[in-house]
Amino acid sequence: MDFVTRGFQGRPRGRDERLPPGQYLTDDFPVLSAGPTPPVDHDGWELWVATEDGARHTWSWPELMALPAETVTVDIHCVTSWSKLDTEWRGVSLDTLLADVETAADFALVHSYGGYTTNLPLEDLLDGQALLAFAYDGDDLRPEHGGPARLLVPHLYFWKSAKWVRGIELLLADSPGFWEQLGYHDYGDPWREQRYQGD
Amino acid sequence: MARAAVPGGLSARRAWRDATLVERRPETDSAVTLVLDVDGWPGHLPGQHVDVRLTAPDGYTATRSYSVSAPEHGDRVELTIQRVPDGEVSTFLADGLAVGDAVRLRGPVGGWFVWRPGQAGPVLLVAGGSGIVPLMAMLRARVAGSPPFRLVYSVREPDDVIYRDELAAIAATDDVEVRLVHTRRAPEGAARPAGRLQGTDLLTATGWDGGDPPTCYVCGPTGFVESAADLLVGLGHAADRIRTERFGPSGP
Repeated sequence: MDFVTRGFQGRPRGRDERLPPGQYLTDDFPVLSAGPTPPVDHDGWELWVATEDGARHTWSWPELMALPAETVTVDIHCVTSWSKLDTEWRGVSLDTLLADVETAADFALVHSYGGYTTNLPLEDLLDGQALLAFAYDGDDLRPEHGGPARLLVPHLYFWKSAKWVRGIELLLADSPGFWEQLGYHDYGDPWREQRYQGD
Repeated sequence: MARAAVPGGLSARRAWRDATLVERRPETDSAVTLVLDVDGWPGHLPGQHVDVRLTAPDGYTATRSYSVSAPEHGDRVELTIQRVPDGEVSTFLADGLAVGDAVRLRGPVGGWFVWRPGQAGPVLLVAGGSGIVPLMAMLRARVAGSPPFRLVYSVREPDDVIYRDELAAIAATDDVEVRLVHTRRAPEGAARPAGRLQGTDLLTATGWDGGDPPTCYVCGPTGFVESAADLLVGLGHAADRIRTERFGPSGP
């Protein structure tokens, strides 16, 4: 146990078992981004997936909307210590998007409009673990929260759920993304408190 | 993008250290500066933040991030804490922690929202409320010969200005311009009536035309940062020269 901070009692416990270590609950939906919110309209929107041998798959907005969508209710955990429970999202499963993509890649580098990137193991995007989300709480996803479409990978810290997604690069070797190059953890499991490199 | 060089090796930056309060300075009715002595502090850059952890007798811990408000100075780390209504950690730090008491602290954290002394080009700082804190560390790190700085600082009313006297002194030095924007109540006789931040507030009086474009640092609550960053883009600032840091509505 850590040494005790003199005089500190903290909030009444009754701690929620769904809250990972070091996290606190919020009912708000805080926004964290490294720069301005990029303006992206549905007309010009395109999603690409590129494989390690250069093959490229693309979807326009109408093509994305034509894919089967699903609604999920999940808990999200930000590395800045807030967690939000029972958030409702609608989008297309990455299993659906990647169904016809032939690849031997083990890693994904996700690219966003505005230049943001984040890296994940490809297996963390599959098996129902990740959504390309275009609606939050029953409404179109607002730009500051990543609209038109963002990644949703709720089992990892929320910076992995890249906003304003425009492409997914499938790679044989891991390649650190924006925050990962700046000292944040390559994997980011909130239950193991993998906040920073070395955690 | 190159890996960012930041002070301290990885293991040094993620180690929890004892941080002993050596001085507390009230800044406004709701903000207080804490000067901490941190054993073996690896140093930091202006704009970086630290994690502060409090531990209760039953082992319960609460951790929050706070921006550092002053440049590197040995083992001293200065934080300015804005009390968050009902804030579990901020109210304890602001009111409960006595000089001589210790908390646990680790860092520095964040290699993006930083200004490196020696970095070329002018700087535009845009602060909303307690978003002034990391920007103050940048202003305080300036030396003679540093590039020009301009601060646009949005507050609700005159009493909310943190670092008031020091900002006035800094504004009197060469190559620094400080502009206050009051959103709810302006001081008597102010040329600018109270109102939310507008594009014209962000235009520089001295003009950087023809020179290097500034690097912009925007810090404040989410709504403020969204709006200020959009205004800057609208004024022609390149999106990749605008760095933002947000305090969520429930933030630290």
